[in-house]
Order: sequence, then structure tokens, then C-alpha cells
Amino acid sequence: MDLPAYVARRLLQMVPVVLGVTILVFFMIHLVPGDPARTMLGTHASPERIALLHKEWGLDESLPAQYVKFMQRLVHGDLGNSLFYRVPARELIVDRLPVTLWLIGYGTGLSILIALPLAAIAASKRDAARDQVVRVVPLIGLGFPSFWVGIMLLLAFGLNMGRLFPVGGYGEGFTGHLRSMFLPALTVAIAISPILIRSLRASLLNVLESDYITTARAKGLPERRVLVRHAMRNAVISTVTILGVNIGYLVGGTLVIEQVFALPGVGQLMINSIFQRDFPVVQGVTLVFAILVVLVYLITDVVHSLLDPRVRFE
Amino acid sequence: MSVAAADAFVEAEIAEPRHGFRTRWYRTPAFVAGCVIVGTILALAILAPVIAPYDPNKQDLQNILADPSSKHWLGTDQLGRDVWSRMLYAARIDLRVGFLAVFLPFVIGTTLGAISGYYGRFGDTIISRLAEVVVAFPFFVLVIAMVFVLGPGTRNIYLAITVVGWVSYMRIIRGEVLVAKRQEYTLAAQAAGLSNARIIVRHLLPNVITQAIVFAMSDIVLDILLIVTLGYLGLGIQPPTPDWGAMIAEGQTFITVKWQLSTIPGVAVVITGLGLSLIGDGLADLLRPE
Repeated sequence: MDLPAYVARRLLQMVPVVLGVTILVFFMIHLVPGDPARTMLGTHASPERIALLHKEWGLDESLPAQYVKFMQRLVHGDLGNSLFYRVPARELIVDRLPVTLWLIGYGTGLSILIALPLAAIAASKRDAARDQVVRVVPLIGLGFPSFWVGIMLLLAFGLNMGRLFPVGGYGEGFTGHLRSMFLPALTVAIAISPILIRSLRASLLNVLESDYITTARAKGLPERRVLVRHAMRNAVISTVTILGVNIGYLVGGTLVIEQVFALPGVGQLMINSIFQRDFPVVQGVTLVFAILVVLVYLITDVVHSLLDPRVRFE
Repeated sequence: MSVAAADAFVEAEIAEPRHGFRTRWYRTPAFVAGCVIVGTILALAILAPVIAPYDPNKQDLQNILADPSSKHWLGTDQLGRDVWSRMLYAARIDLRVGFLAVFLPFVIGTTLGAISGYYGRFGDTIISRLAEVVVAFPFFVLVIAMVFVLGPGTRNIYLAITVVGWVSYMRIIRGEVLVAKRQEYTLAAQAAGLSNARIIVRHLLPNVITQAIVFAMSDIVLDILLIVTLGYLGLGIQPPTPDWGAMIAEGQTFITVKWQLSTIPGVAVVITGLGLSLIGDGLADLLRPE
């Protein structure tokens, strides 16, 4: 299968998932106990405002009709209006998306810098002391609450130790972002690294036991070259897929980490909107995050197929 | 989140048929260490009403933000409440919710996984598609959104975790059943004319369930992390009931003067997580075939 055909097939496979996602998000409003409009607007809302919201959300119509209406608005990029800010929810989300994407990208970069060397060190000699030490990292690291790690980093590097990094905010310009977002990104990286190290170590060990590595060694190549030139090429492929599979975990983590560092991203918008009972915004963010994850799955598969064309024929 | 961990877990462990729980458990250091850690924390939590020196919610406004002393082992918080007593009571609720929350996802996921893997066809397609949709949502985002629409409270937290959590168990069991159903003992049972239900319950499940049990240990850690995170965001256990997450959040306000207020509950979470991970690792070792 050539690349365009593969991408087309994957896009087709995405359709039912995206439809399922929209159905689930659509039904969120119907999980609200009682009258959703009344619950969201609070007990002091005027009957006119409640009636208006009923009309806007189409709550008086049948379920299929409501879903069709929801989808019609959605394909036009309309996520409804924020009840709190009285502006389209889409605007609010689009304004804050760059911060979140920065955090995800930066955190991913740092996590690779942490996990790849550690996994390589561990896998280079199975069951040696260095392997045992690295294997302990995921064991301890998986139990770290990410927001607490953030607070501890703030305490160590933001408030003490010469106040190396700002304790919050997004910063100005590229270098400003790089500096301001270092601690949040490091928190993201610490949260994802245990999973990355564990999977990478396993896949590297797998690679190192394969025939082509034995051949490379038998040819008399130095071990360093075998590891760096031969094994690492396949390790990069695993890194891409493992990161792709864990994107949901990463994105979910940013939600809380933005809160710790007061970053004006989509996650903070979601949490604030929950306290303002701003249903359309919470619904919109949930949908955007899910679509983001589905897109990353797709990109991961395409990149994977570029790096390792064999997967296109499976 | 739990799905991601499940995938990593499946990759890291190699699926093989397993024998029973051998008697060498006491020679597996990870398992013993984990049991000691988790056992101690559980004992402290259960005995909280007996060993806590103070009422966890009793305020002493004359004595706020006190440093650790012989009277208050871990000091007091911004309302003069004894931190040690609050830690013990928080362990009760956080551990209880963490342990109970895995029950429904375990049962539902295992059942659907067995059905999906054994029968295949239409049911498998539906269940797998449903799982794909759930996996598209970041774990935290979906759970937080669900707690938001359902309202706070432990019952709704269980419900939200169940909606998301079953997928990991389903995938693990489905994968194992797919392998096990081609093995000779299953073929023999089918040839002997046993009903499908009996084959699944009496022959397949006992052989594949261990993987799900091992994963459940990691899942408890993830659920405790989730509850603590919800508490931190103010969406979890509601005050005045003490909860490690809310304690970390409250302590963050005073981080510049009393660093220990946020640090101590976090350390408790980490130690609990380590204990459970060690049990999980030990179990995986113990249940591996010779």
C-alpha cells in the first residue's frame, strides 16, 4: 500500500471514532441531573433566560433532532456561547490553545531527553546494576501526583535556589516562553517519563536480541556503533509510537499542571469554567481535547509508516 | 491515563500461560516490601480513630501554622488543625475510594474482554469501537467533565472512573483470551461439548485473570492519583473531610512560609503508590511461569 492510500484508509477509520466522540460529548448535557438549563444558570436565573437557553440548546426537541442541530453547528465550528463570558466558546478555546500546545510540545521534548538516554543505559546491559537502578524509576515515578511535582519544583527552583525560573505565566517571545515554561514542561516530562522509560527499555531489549543486531556484532562493529547506529534507529520508531499512544495521558496532565503554574491555557479555561458552571465551554474543551488526541493518533501512524514502511502492509 | 498505562504494561509484560500462585511469595522481595508498605498505611488508616491524637477537623485558631512539635507531630495547618490526624483520616477516604473504584471497571472490563475475545464478530466490533471512542478522551479530561455534569461526591467519582476505566481491563483480557482460545485445553473443552459460558468462566478466565489482577494494582495507584488530583482542583472529596489532594492545595497558599504543609501529603501519596507498584511487580514475578 502506498502512502496516500494508507493515509486515506486511516482517515476513513477515524470517522466512526470521531462520530462516537461527538455523540458522547453531545450526551454530556443529558447527564446533568434535573433541568440542565436551570442547573447551569443557578437558582436565581430568570425564567426568560432559562427559556432562552432551552431554545439555544434545543432541549425541547427530540434527541435525534438535537443531535443533528449539534452536528450542524459543529461542522461550522460553532461550539455554542459561553454562559459566563457571553462570547463564542470557540474563541475562548482558540485564544488559549497555543499555551497548551507549547506546554505539550515542550514537555514531550524534555521527556525524550530524559527517557531515551536512561532507557538506552538500562537496555545496554540487561539486569546489570545500571539496569536495576533505571527500572526503579518507573516504579516510583508512576505514583507521583503531577501537580505535587509541580509544586515541589516551584518550591525548589522558583522560590529557593536563586529563583532560577519564574513561578508562573507564559513569558514573552520564544526565549521568554522557553524560560517561563521550563518548570511546567519539566513537570509534564516527569509525569510521562516513567511510562516512556518502561516501554522504551522493553522495546530496546527486544531490538537488541534481534538477528540484525547479532549480525552487526558478528561483523565486528564496536558495541557503541551497534547501539547508536543500528538499535537507536528502531528505538526512535518506538519512541514515536509510545508517545502517540500516551498522548491522552500527556494532554490530561497539562490540565492540572496549567492550574499549578497559573498558565492561561485550555486546561485552566476548563477548570475555571467548571467553577463558573459554564457548560458550553467545558463541553467544547472536552471535544477539542478528544479531537486533538484522535489527530495525534493519526499523525503517529503516518509518521510510523514513514519511518517503518512495513506497517503499511500489515 | 489508565489506558495508556495499560498499553505500556501489556508491552512490558509478555503474555504467556500462567501457573498458580506458588508458595515462594515470601522470597520475592518486591512483593514483601510492597505488602509491608501498603499494610502499614492501611493499618494506620483503619486505626485512625484510635491513634489520631486530635479530631481532624478541630480548629485551634490560637495555634495556626505551628511547626512540628511533640504536641503536634507534623505541626498544624492554617486553621490550627493537627496535620498528623488529618493525614490519617485522609488516608481512610483516599485509600477506600482508590481500592473500591477499581472494582466495577475490573468486573465490567473483564466480562466484556472475555466476550469480545472469545466470540469475536459483531460483539467484538461494537465493544472495540466503543473502547476506541473512550480512549480518544484524555482520562483526566473525561473524568473531570463527568464529575462536573454529574456533580461532586464519591458516588459520581466511582461512576466516572467506571465509564473510563473498563477499557484497560477489556483490552488486557481480550488480548489474553484471543491467545488462550487457540490453545489445546480450550480446544479440548470445546471438543468435549462444554457450553461456551462454562468454557469462559471455568477454563479461560482462571488462566487469563492474573494479568488483570496485576494491572489492578497499577490501576489503584492511578485511581488514588485521580482522587487526589480531583481533591486538589476542588472537585473531589468535599471539605471538611480531609483528603491528601485538598491538603496539598491548601498548603500551596502557605508554601513560602510552611513548605511542609504541601510536601507531607504528597510524600504519603508517593509512598502508597510505591507500595502498590511493588506488590504489582512482585505479583507479576510470582505468577510468571517457571
